[in-house]
Amino acid sequence: MKEKIIKILHLYSHDMNIYGDRGNILVLQKRLERYGYKPEIIEYNPGDKFPIEADIIVGGGGQDSGQNKIQKDLLKIGPKLQKLADSGTPMLVICGLYQLFGKFFKTAEGEKIEGIDILDIETYGKPERLIGNIITNSEDFGYIIGYENHSGQTFLGKGVIPLGQVRLGAGNNMVEGTEGARYSNVIGTYLHGSLLPKNPKIADFLIEQAVIKKYGKFDKKQIDDSLTELARKSAIKRPR
Amino acid sequence: MPKAFVTILGKTIKHVARLRGGGSALPGLIVERIDPDFVSHYLKSLPFGVVVVSGTNGKTTTTKIIVELLQGQGLKVFTNRTGSNFSRGIAAALLGEIDIKGNLSADIAVLELDEAHAVHFVDKIPPKYSLILNVMRDQLDRFGEIDYTAKLLRHVANKTTDTVILNRDDEKIAQIAMSLDGQKTSFFGADQKLLGMFPGDDNLHHNASQKNNNIKATVVLKKVEPKSASFVINNQKVETNLMLTGVYNALNAAAALTTVMTILGNKTNQTRLIKDLSKIEPAFGRGERLVLNGHPIDLVLVKNPSGFRLGLKSFSPYKYATMIAINDEYADGRDMSWLWDVDFSSLNNTGVAEISGTRAYDMALRLNYDDVPFKNVDPDLKKALNNFIKKYPKSSKRIYCTYTAMITIRKSLSRITNAKAIR
Repeated sequence: MKEKIIKILHLYSHDMNIYGDRGNILVLQKRLERYGYKPEIIEYNPGDKFPIEADIIVGGGGQDSGQNKIQKDLLKIGPKLQKLADSGTPMLVICGLYQLFGKFFKTAEGEKIEGIDILDIETYGKPERLIGNIITNSEDFGYIIGYENHSGQTFLGKGVIPLGQVRLGAGNNMVEGTEGARYSNVIGTYLHGSLLPKNPKIADFLIEQAVIKKYGKFDKKQIDDSLTELARKSAIKRPR
Repeated sequence: MPKAFVTILGKTIKHVARLRGGGSALPGLIVERIDPDFVSHYLKSLPFGVVVVSGTNGKTTTTKIIVELLQGQGLKVFTNRTGSNFSRGIAAALLGEIDIKGNLSADIAVLELDEAHAVHFVDKIPPKYSLILNVMRDQLDRFGEIDYTAKLLRHVANKTTDTVILNRDDEKIAQIAMSLDGQKTSFFGADQKLLGMFPGDDNLHHNASQKNNNIKATVVLKKVEPKSASFVINNQKVETNLMLTGVYNALNAAAALTTVMTILGNKTNQTRLIKDLSKIEPAFGRGERLVLNGHPIDLVLVKNPSGFRLGLKSFSPYKYATMIAINDEYADGRDMSWLWDVDFSSLNNTGVAEISGTRAYDMALRLNYDDVPFKNVDPDLKKALNNFIKKYPKSSKRIYCTYTAMITIRKSLSRITNAKAIR
């Protein structure tokens, strides 16, 4: 039988990687293998040729300096990403890239940094930093467990739905009690942790969408997630 | 209030606090409240001034090396040895050193300060020398961003009155030299061949070949063997035995040598310096070796991805039973993301015997995704430690642990090993 390849595109692996978001790639890779697919990781950095054949796109958080480095390039590839998003390519963008997948980021000093508008969200830089363990609840994914560390506060427009409702922590902003945003199969969120190791339902959602889009159907095998369950159980009890 | 009176009062509180088993910082806090100038009054009077040691990794070990080297050169040194590296910890430490007449018997102060505290400290007490070791991601939940941390360190350098000692091979630190206002600089570094052992944050996930700056360093770490190292000191090759373990501690030694030579200049007795260096033991929990029934238990403090990666690169897991203890208390950092920036595949073949700490299962899950086998997981640190010791009575043991886990482990082990009490 021919190997079924799934290509994972790691967006800006050099400049947007400081919060352990690498774990998300690792989890997708290992779970794809356990499901019988052959994962291929493509690293994309500013100036590279954009691999339009990507099946799953993942991007992480960076420092402000890292975001400045990639912003121009992101605007350039924005239309290609938009096309993939519209056609159902699953994507996971965390923190800094979540913000830049929105309409704009307005800094505390009033400077407006343009985003690529795949997600109907607006982000405003604020003086307080929202830091700590966070737990949200989602109809599709159950309890989502992670860690947030951001000073931008994000407000959702009509074109997206929240990823989860906040149970512990802050989330998108300090007033609305929502966390993250979804459009088509694109998920944006502030959760580090890394996100996917302790939230395998989201990993499986990304995998399932990618496989169905490419190969028509996904035969979901049972994976032993007992260790993940134990990690979730102990993490959920930790203070903010 | 007269200083002598504040001193007596503080000493009394310190004594009472000790009797009731209180923390080391409380008497310092009270003294600071009563007399905010207490610390600066004494430190400003020191003939050789104040040395501040800061940076992400290696502060405690490097401070210890500098202190012992300076003592070997005949200086009386005041330091904040308890590892309580906040200014009230310094006030508390001062109380122990000032005599009843209010005299501080010291020539120089060498102080370990974390980046956030160093900034406030240098505003009150500009140090004569500052040593800036490195800047890496550590406790982003406290500091926010690495660039911000680098800014704090630049401030420390700018407040220094005489010489700033910098790591030539940490780009963000070497760059500090460009933004000084008139301070002198000295540098330490590592040989090109060793740079791969010190992966910075910028090459966490890709292997950009590291290059030395063209900057000339006073001391360069040339080569590291299990029990010895060689340095190039002012263009001259020097070999010495070392009790400090791990390549990162050898680089800390290079930083300390540079600092001492900068302070003493041509009055340095280099023969004595190297002889003293060879006898310095690691600071507690930083590659420290305890002995239980004739078998070593090595404690390796890990608190950020670069430190953990350095530890794994420095110590071979073969012929050792390995334990990992990860806590997420405030002093450790609550964010567990950092574990995902450490590559554990060097443990693939030996596996891990015991995993513990409040985040034991996060650690287990992390190892699982790197295909590293493990035997037992128990978040209860004391039970896990007992199990580990019982199961491997005849093995050399190594424990990678976060700060609060290290304190608990050390306390448990001090009852049955040679562990010295933490002063």
